[in-house]
Amino acid sequence: MAIDKETVEYVAHLARIELKPEELDKLSRQLHDILGFIDKLSALDVGQVKPTSHILPISNVLREDKPHICLTPDKALENAPSKNGNFFSVPKIIE
Amino acid sequence: MELNQLTAHDLLDKLKSNQATPEGILDSLYARIQKVELKVKAYARFNPADKPGVSPRADGLLSGLPITIKDNICTEGLNTECCSKILNNFRPPYDATVISKLKTAGSSIFPLKANMDEFAFGSSTENSYFGTTHNPWNLESVPGGSSGGSAAAVASDEAIWALGSDTGGSIRQPASFCGVVGLKPTYGRVSRFGLIAFASSLDQIGPITKDVEDAAILTRIISGYDPNDSTSVNQDVPDYTNSLGKDIKGLKIGIPKEYFIAGMDTQVKAVIEEAVNKLKSLGAVSSQVTLPHTQYAVPVYYIIATAEASSNLARFDGVQYGYRAKSNNLIDMYKKTRAQGFGEEAKRRIILGTFALSHGYYDAYYLRALKVRTLIKNDFDAVFKDFDCIVAPTSPTPAFKIGERAADPLKMYLSDIYTISVNLAGIPAISIPCGFTKEGLPVGLQIMAKPFNEEMLFRLAHAFEQNTEWHKLKPRL
Repeated sequence: MAIDKETVEYVAHLARIELKPEELDKLSRQLHDILGFIDKLSALDVGQVKPTSHILPISNVLREDKPHICLTPDKALENAPSKNGNFFSVPKIIE
Repeated sequence: MELNQLTAHDLLDKLKSNQATPEGILDSLYARIQKVELKVKAYARFNPADKPGVSPRADGLLSGLPITIKDNICTEGLNTECCSKILNNFRPPYDATVISKLKTAGSSIFPLKANMDEFAFGSSTENSYFGTTHNPWNLESVPGGSSGGSAAAVASDEAIWALGSDTGGSIRQPASFCGVVGLKPTYGRVSRFGLIAFASSLDQIGPITKDVEDAAILTRIISGYDPNDSTSVNQDVPDYTNSLGKDIKGLKIGIPKEYFIAGMDTQVKAVIEEAVNKLKSLGAVSSQVTLPHTQYAVPVYYIIATAEASSNLARFDGVQYGYRAKSNNLIDMYKKTRAQGFGEEAKRRIILGTFALSHGYYDAYYLRALKVRTLIKNDFDAVFKDFDCIVAPTSPTPAFKIGERAADPLKMYLSDIYTISVNLAGIPAISIPCGFTKEGLPVGLQIMAKPFNEEMLFRLAHAFEQNTEWHKLKPRL
């Protein structure tokens, strides 16, 4: 399956990464090559095969719903590029 | 020998008999670092003017012995940046579970963190924001990756021992390239809590050490169930040192024919054949086995690992920590932060992974890869019905030259061809030094075993090591 520049541009938008025109060109070529290599998987018949998303036979790991000690707001905000009181601060999103 | 050149178990003996102090060990490490670090560059953010303060604690099992930690494992108050600009100056507010366990055991966390490919994306440590690490055996060659800093630090005696992480070979391949021991434990053996996630269904933390005994000691300390990691397994942790010094008579070793292919370096092939002969001379029985889906491991991996990475790395958006680009618009801030904060390989993988998960391509790529993963796992299950372990090279080539593969991502991805299947199947594997090329570059022997049978790896690896001298050789720097 081929990947074109428009698809790469769209996927980069989904991934929230701004690409310069020269990056888009280069990346489109590289992804085209990589996907060409990955396409060898389509040679396999996997119709009857179950997917493995995880190798351990565990699901729904539960714990008791008990309060426990967690990070204080001060500690949680220690690395924030911008904060306001007890909140992370971001550019305004409502006009 | 200087203290920094010794193994951890030798130093523990010396600490217990008062022939060494934790301060003395740290001094010898700093002296070594001052001498060779500008050539090797094993550590991120190293400044020759700094001698970071650390107050070793002389208590517990490890008696204050220092350990070097890869830059993607959270250490409270100590910079942990995954060697990425996007985590600029990130100081975790908590310790990873492996770090808490090491501290409880009395270890001192070495204040310099080991260099790595950004977010563990790479096989050469060339993708670090802080620059490339050099192979101590040949400074023009790569140390492997992504835990290249950890492996180079141990090989050059700038560290006593180290922790790395392995998603597709990131412990074993650099251990092989640098002539040291590296173990990827069974998926679920070691808690991933506080390991900055790359691909959550593949990542495991493991030791990089100077010999097999050190790997056995360290694996026991870091293993075990952790309520903070729902994929850690509640199963007893054996004392792995009990696996050392046992004979290997009658152990059945499988040699996968798919691992001896065109493109494999002829010197590596010869060294591995010699190593297998050594194991046979020690009483092991070997036969050829088949892992028929081996050729699909790299393409499966580069779908699954990038898909998981694209999701895990969505959190780096300039809001909670690290680098933030200036903008008055939120979406634009995200896009610029990620454009400026991530390196080229990180962007490539995030976009590839986002593509594999996106509408219209999910079934053709991601779901299909998960199904082929089942086939790869079934291959191993079939072999382990009849065999105790599988022995193979860790890498098809010795360390390659810096810059040689950097421009061709596909060529770089193929350097992981012998290590990736192990992560997809979740099994444990170790790489140990087993010889050198004529040019003086180390070659690693990889041993794989059934899930939660690390004891088999230690038993076989130790028997080989105790009957060879490769692990005692040191690079001249």
